[in-house]
Amino acid sequence: MATTLRFTPNLYRHLDCPDTCVAGATVREVLDAYFQANPRARGFLLDDQGAARKHVAIFVNETLIRDRTGLSDPVGEGDEIFVAQALSGG
Amino acid sequence: MSDRLLVGTRKGLFRIERGEGGRWMIAKSWFLGDPVSAVLVEPGGSRLHAALDLGHFGVKMQRSEDGGETWSQTASPTFPPKPEGLEDKDPMRGVDVPWSTQLIWTLECGAPGELWCGVIPGALFRSTDGGESWQLSRALWDEPRRKLWMGGGYDFSGIHSILVDPRDPLHVTVGVSTGGVWTTRDAGVSWELIGSGLRAEYLPEAMAGDPLAQDVHRIVQCAAHPDRLWMQHHNGIFLSDDGGAIWRELSDVPPSSFGFAVAVHPTDPDTAWFVPATKDEKRFPVDAHLVVTRTRDGGAHFEVLDRGLPTEPAYDLVYRHALDCSGDGRRLAFGSTTGSLWASEDQGDSWTTISRHLPPILCVRFED
Repeated sequence: MATTLRFTPNLYRHLDCPDTCVAGATVREVLDAYFQANPRARGFLLDDQGAARKHVAIFVNETLIRDRTGLSDPVGEGDEIFVAQALSGG
Repeated sequence: MSDRLLVGTRKGLFRIERGEGGRWMIAKSWFLGDPVSAVLVEPGGSRLHAALDLGHFGVKMQRSEDGGETWSQTASPTFPPKPEGLEDKDPMRGVDVPWSTQLIWTLECGAPGELWCGVIPGALFRSTDGGESWQLSRALWDEPRRKLWMGGGYDFSGIHSILVDPRDPLHVTVGVSTGGVWTTRDAGVSWELIGSGLRAEYLPEAMAGDPLAQDVHRIVQCAAHPDRLWMQHHNGIFLSDDGGAIWRELSDVPPSSFGFAVAVHPTDPDTAWFVPATKDEKRFPVDAHLVVTRTRDGGAHFEVLDRGLPTEPAYDLVYRHALDCSGDGRRLAFGSTTGSLWASEDQGDSWTTISRHLPPILCVRFED
């Protein structure tokens, strides 16, 4: 099951993070798989305990995920995860 | 003689250089747009560290091996996994203390290759590989009284001052806002709460002398006389002659003993500088007149210095890491939340305006 993973362009000046396709059944699984190849990205998206950073918004198919701590929201073939910079926290 | 300054601001890191005719100018800028909360220059001057506070994307460490020509990201101080079910709440507000670095507040060098880092929430990290990796000082974090630390100006407590004894780098003393003064003689394996004589006037009288309750704003150590410490405290100025075990309060310091920044002369332990503000709920200069205060006799007397500082009303506040003295003790520099930066080449007798248009200044450090 491959999910498309996209990032806010605001991350581009910090990270090389082009759109990609990653397998996984939940947001956590997709991100963990992505971090295997891109370990630097982890600290930009998640806090020290592995939860979504307070001012990072994660969408699955244009809907905000519900589980920002466990990242257990399911994803499947053809879904899209978009990691955005929340409007708060600037 | 130090001719270069690093200035960390709300919107980037700047190098200020003293040029022809003694004019100080912006020579370089890095990380424009990003807050730079702490900077460190390792001995020798070529290896620099900068702590970025990216807001949305967390804190990040950057290191340069070539005096700032190039930078690369290094490891950030990161908390270990929080044990399941562990209760760790801010004692004032009852909210969970995040086991995640919110702000890198201060960086210091220890033994060769060793770095120390104080963060919010109040924790200390140590690196023994020049910043490649960081280890939480677990003994301090797990100390039961750490859970009584509280936020001062920030939501959570933080470590802002790290004093490494030049005679013995295993002896490290830290200042906590709020949480008092803690010292280790074994590089962090064990910790002792010290601070007899400190006084927190904002607390009930019975608690005022509790070393744990002290809102330390900044502590500095005289390099040549490491037992002499100077403290800017939330409600006063204190000094210690025994490495922080016992403190003496200096009263009636003109125009105010409230402030954040303090600097001590590197070889003369009796000479120290402060940049006062009115008081805690009025964080601007007394009567909008920006001054630096200096003592040359261990606090018996203070001079109020303002030559070259603004003659018009000024509302500049100087943060705790934004005043520095050069390694030879001759030059001083300080910057304000208004984005103004001044230097002195005569120990504070007179001041030169370097800029009035920088972003809000968080930290100032000579590169010597």
